[in-house]
Amino acid sequence: MWRDNLRGIFYIALKDMKTYYFKAPAISWGIVFPITWILAFYLRNPGDFKELVPGLIAMTVLFSTTAAEAVVINFELRVGTLERLLLAPISIPAVLLGKVLGGAIFGFAMTTIVTIGSTIVLGLRPNFLYLILIILPSLFVFSSLGALLCVTVKEVFDAQTLLNLPRFLMIFLSGVIYPVSKMPSALQYFAYILPLTYTVDGLRKSFLISPDRIVFLYTLILIIFLFLFIFPAIKLLSKKFE
Amino acid sequence: MRSNIVIKVENLTKRYGEILAVDHISFEVKEGEVFGFLGPNGAGKTSTIRMLTGLSKSTEGDASILGMSVKTKIAEIKKRIGVVPDISNLYDELSAMYNLIFMAQLYGVPRGERRKRAEELLKIFRLYERKDSPFRTFSRGMKRALTIAAALIHSPKILFLDEPTVGLDVVAAKSLRNLISNLHQQGITIFLTTHYLEEADLLCDHVAILVKGKILVIDTPLNLKTKTDKKTLEEAFMEITGLEPEVLAIEKGR
Repeated sequence: MWRDNLRGIFYIALKDMKTYYFKAPAISWGIVFPITWILAFYLRNPGDFKELVPGLIAMTVLFSTTAAEAVVINFELRVGTLERLLLAPISIPAVLLGKVLGGAIFGFAMTTIVTIGSTIVLGLRPNFLYLILIILPSLFVFSSLGALLCVTVKEVFDAQTLLNLPRFLMIFLSGVIYPVSKMPSALQYFAYILPLTYTVDGLRKSFLISPDRIVFLYTLILIIFLFLFIFPAIKLLSKKFE
Repeated sequence: MRSNIVIKVENLTKRYGEILAVDHISFEVKEGEVFGFLGPNGAGKTSTIRMLTGLSKSTEGDASILGMSVKTKIAEIKKRIGVVPDISNLYDELSAMYNLIFMAQLYGVPRGERRKRAEELLKIFRLYERKDSPFRTFSRGMKRALTIAAALIHSPKILFLDEPTVGLDVVAAKSLRNLISNLHQQGITIFLTTHYLEEADLLCDHVAILVKGKILVIDTPLNLKTKTDKKTLEEAFMEITGLEPEVLAIEKGR
């Protein structure tokens, strides 16, 4: 059974790449939007652009993984293709994991372009091990968040609207633009219950000359967020087929 | 002979809140036969298929397919059955060929056989010329045919067909009935739900008549006509169910 599920996860992710991800709308949300957003902030407050790179990468992770993830499950439920997947010898968790993996792989491709591009252009020398330790779990965390919010609602567009709330909240409160340490203390506490805070701070530490080992703790925290999002998503999707 | 019973349903029940969609039904389907599940809309046909194919859980009762319980061995069952839902639910953006290959991947058809099997089915269903066209460009009849082909990609022993000809024009429906007859001749057991009674009369070895979640009768179409002294299965159906002809006409028109 586990072999059937692993095969299912792989081929669903592959199919989703072809069907939804490497298309103009997903690329636009995943890569163009974060770059435009960061540039807008930079032009408003010109300074050292290098300071904004961790935020840019974090936003790329967030937007690319959730670009299509937030709608594909509901869309497929509506047109009946998700049911088609469940007629195959694959479990509901495997179908959902396949969807999450698809979002994470697309996010990985977009984030790699932004990370490599910005490090080359700006001459940065990050610790690549730390970058991977932060980026990889973050990709799965935000892809799972997209899946969770998607299965919470019934309509395709409701999911996209619902997802904008945590997305924009995290942009402003997770240190993407404005450092968490300079925020009022009440907001700082709030920032630390947002997963993007750990992504941004972990990425910032990966770009320091002597990187901080707290990155390992952030990886662990991000993995906990992954479980917090993925299990309820599986539970909610299963309920739709009771 | 009990050994060739491939579907055995016992007291299967489905409740959606207060609504009793399927009410303690029991029946058996023999290997190689076409078993028709007849009834008007809302009779519980699709709910029954969903429980038998693992898409929903029964509230009470159990069913075994090929000797395995749908409650405990559904993954094993799914490898041996093909399901054609009441809507043609393949991927619009993907080509006919990719849709079939994707299904072959999900069902674990060996890598070397996937394309060959897909080509074979596209030829059987006369869709080979359109193998590279996206599913969304197909006519309703072609979509139905490709959905059946997708359900056959892993060479199942039992095929569940939920309203296969609904919404098709006369020519497409006839062509699809011929395909179903051919599958029957190849020895595949077919579980067919339909509210087109002439279709059931033509294709089925046995039929079960379902109304409001309950099975009223199970017999051969010929026996039902003989017992009710009617010329067509439709007339026999009216007699058995007591449904007004106008009601059925409305149901058929939906």
